[in-house]
Amino acid sequence: MSPLLRLILQRLGLALISLLLVSVVVFLITAVLPGDAAQELLGQDATPETLAALRTQMGLDQPLPLRYLHWLGGLVTGNPGRSLVSDAPVMELIGNRLPNSLLLAAVTAVIAVPLALLLGTLAAVFRGGWLDRLLNNGAVVLVSVPEFLIATLAVLLLSVKLGWLPALSYASDIDSLSGAARVFVMPVLTLCCVVVAQMMRMTRAALADQLDAPYIEMARLKGVPPLRLVLREAMPNAIGPIANAVALSTSYLLGGVIIVETIFHYPGVAKLMVDGVSQRDMPLVQTCTMIFCAGYLLLVLIADVIGILANPRLRHAR
Amino acid sequence: MSDPRLRDLLGTADSGRVLDALARGASRRDVLKMLAGAGMALAASHRIAALAQGVAAAQPRYGGRVRVASAASSIADTLDPARLSNQTDYARSRMLYNCLTSFDASLAPQPALAERFDSDDAKRWTFKLRGGVHFHDGRALRAEDVVFSLMRHKDPATISRAKVLADQIDSVRASAPGEVEVLLHQSNADLPATLATFPFAIVPAGTRDFNSGIGTGPFKLKEFKRGLRSIVVRNRDYWREGRPYVDEVELAGLGDEGARVNALLSGDLDLVAALDPRSVRRVEGAPGFAVFRQSSGQYSDLAMRQDMAPGSNADFVIAIKLLFDRARIAESVALGNAIVANDQPIHPSNRFYFAGLPQRELDLDKARYHFERSDLGNTPIPVVASPVANLSVEMTLALQQSANRIGMNLQLQRMPPDGYWSHYWGKSAVGWGNVNPRPNADAVLTEFFESRAVNNDAHWKDPQFDQLLVAARSEVDESKRKAMYADMQMMIHEKGGVAIPLFLSSLDAHNARLKGLSTIPVGGLMGYEFAEHVWWDA
Repeated sequence: MSPLLRLILQRLGLALISLLLVSVVVFLITAVLPGDAAQELLGQDATPETLAALRTQMGLDQPLPLRYLHWLGGLVTGNPGRSLVSDAPVMELIGNRLPNSLLLAAVTAVIAVPLALLLGTLAAVFRGGWLDRLLNNGAVVLVSVPEFLIATLAVLLLSVKLGWLPALSYASDIDSLSGAARVFVMPVLTLCCVVVAQMMRMTRAALADQLDAPYIEMARLKGVPPLRLVLREAMPNAIGPIANAVALSTSYLLGGVIIVETIFHYPGVAKLMVDGVSQRDMPLVQTCTMIFCAGYLLLVLIADVIGILANPRLRHAR
Repeated sequence: MSDPRLRDLLGTADSGRVLDALARGASRRDVLKMLAGAGMALAASHRIAALAQGVAAAQPRYGGRVRVASAASSIADTLDPARLSNQTDYARSRMLYNCLTSFDASLAPQPALAERFDSDDAKRWTFKLRGGVHFHDGRALRAEDVVFSLMRHKDPATISRAKVLADQIDSVRASAPGEVEVLLHQSNADLPATLATFPFAIVPAGTRDFNSGIGTGPFKLKEFKRGLRSIVVRNRDYWREGRPYVDEVELAGLGDEGARVNALLSGDLDLVAALDPRSVRRVEGAPGFAVFRQSSGQYSDLAMRQDMAPGSNADFVIAIKLLFDRARIAESVALGNAIVANDQPIHPSNRFYFAGLPQRELDLDKARYHFERSDLGNTPIPVVASPVANLSVEMTLALQQSANRIGMNLQLQRMPPDGYWSHYWGKSAVGWGNVNPRPNADAVLTEFFESRAVNNDAHWKDPQFDQLLVAARSEVDESKRKAMYADMQMMIHEKGGVAIPLFLSSLDAHNARLKGLSTIPVGGLMGYEFAEHVWWDA
């Protein structure tokens, strides 16, 4: 297993370098955005005097590289500092919301991933048939409809018209299983529409590729039963790309769900980060970026490891 | 609050006014006087007064919980009165805190924590504090708390949004037990109204951490999560007899207007702020829901900078002002939820409004004459607008149409909300701004039109205007003061660098069973004071 271990270590090293680069880029980009945190906070009421005082309080009077190093030093020692506009510790702000985001992502993934794999496999096995065409066209339709439309239509139908579900999803209302179900149905439904379609199409493509390969033809001629043919022979070779597609879709669930958080008033980190950007709250934006980036790198790494483990040819270095 | 029968007889505005008056305790005689003032025959007015009383007489009931959403809330949410910045902040501050004074429907200052206030020269003011008022932590309200709460705004380290207003204060001292004396640098007859504004809420002396929200207000803080929601519960020891009516208020900020309206109609919210004019029909068409309208001094203004081309050309400025088809814009852009304005910032409900100023109308011939004199030809003129300056994009499009007809080449530059105030507002040669209602004439004129004002977005400088402004502040003779404000409105209307086409109404939507809302025109949600006044009908 040493090549695998080496790969993991190598990738972790690369991940650290990527994180560092991303943090520099984000820092520079937020620095060129118009206005700073002090201006954004005071808005119309800014006077030169209060602006200067606020900048000193926020530490914005220090040169840019110094601010960056200060933040980086804090992060390395586990303290990403205080939010500029709210003066609350960044960890506290994120700590309040990250569990909610993870929970939503987890619930969605638990439903979406098996569903996508199943549908994708069925489409690949019966490719060209009516089921395949139905699933494919359905996926294209769902991917093309913007999620705010799906979310709004769901609210209009299920909450306003039928009154079955609450229009807002306060995470604090989760005190029982049925309560949780009521809160999660619509956000999860909306997110599933987007990610299931993507993962399903990737699964179908990867698997169909293998099923057309000569070795499958050979296996079929040798009389391998269809189920075994797909799961034992073709799947191990397809699982690498599939795992990567799943990783991409799930990483989206962590930070890209801003529309869902806005429409359902779900208290997650995506809205926190958008707030941070519009208020020019650098420590907050930086820390959120690091979390999203680290999550993404971790998921891709896991996908690669799964790909290697599932595929004997990759498992044993030649 | 409204009733279809009353609306049919009196019209929306008048029936609203009558019910407002009754909600504030006006007698039948007062109502008859109001109706007679409006030129109504005696017999008819008796019938209407009885009807109005019947509508207003429904007894307030106690108990229940109200779930409210405003349009804005973020991690910048704060409970520090000096730093309040969005609707959620304002609403929360009115639940938790009181000021020395409070506003009534015409924005005149009424006693609140101060039971009396007076001054001989408008320079040295005494405020007699109400006895038996306690903070939420049980401490009694003392004069020192008032001194602290007012003086902290002058300290640059407080980073107060009210610094400019507070700088007119020379000193505040406890002149006797339960009495505070405020000494100003210059006389200001409007001080009591200024002290009713959000920043001047009274907090316990020495407060440094505001997160517990300790004040004297009608509700106590139970939960405060920045950018998410706050929950407050009824303060059983509230000093105002019989208030508040509801037990609990839950307040959130929902940025998406569609989501707010949907949550109201699905029954997940009871009151939502900042309704889009386009949603009015949807809410009014749904049984059990109502729209709460307040005509207010809120306006969007097209500022033409006087210190750069093309605004430095007086003919261009006049031509632009003549190109607004105001009545049509009020109908088509604001869908009737606005009244026509006259290129000056004082709302008709204000006691210093100058009704004698002739209304400027769309006049293509005059506009063409001035435009030709300006010698601009078909030079493209960029007009900077943004969705954050209410309806500015739509109003620019309407303006563009009439400009085309006289050969003026206006180009809409639509900017994103992000960074608009710091980067475009007051910096572009021709661009839109947006002004929320101010508590009095002096406040809006000082903040947006005085030559030195930071927010003078047109960079309009007129020493004569500045002198008048200072003189009017200290004038104690009401009629002289009124004449001075009339002159100032005239100057802005004629020579000022801004076009003000409309005053925009604030629109909120609510469950029709929620009663007690009446007009306080400093902002939506009843000037953000709804929590103290609302109650659930059976």
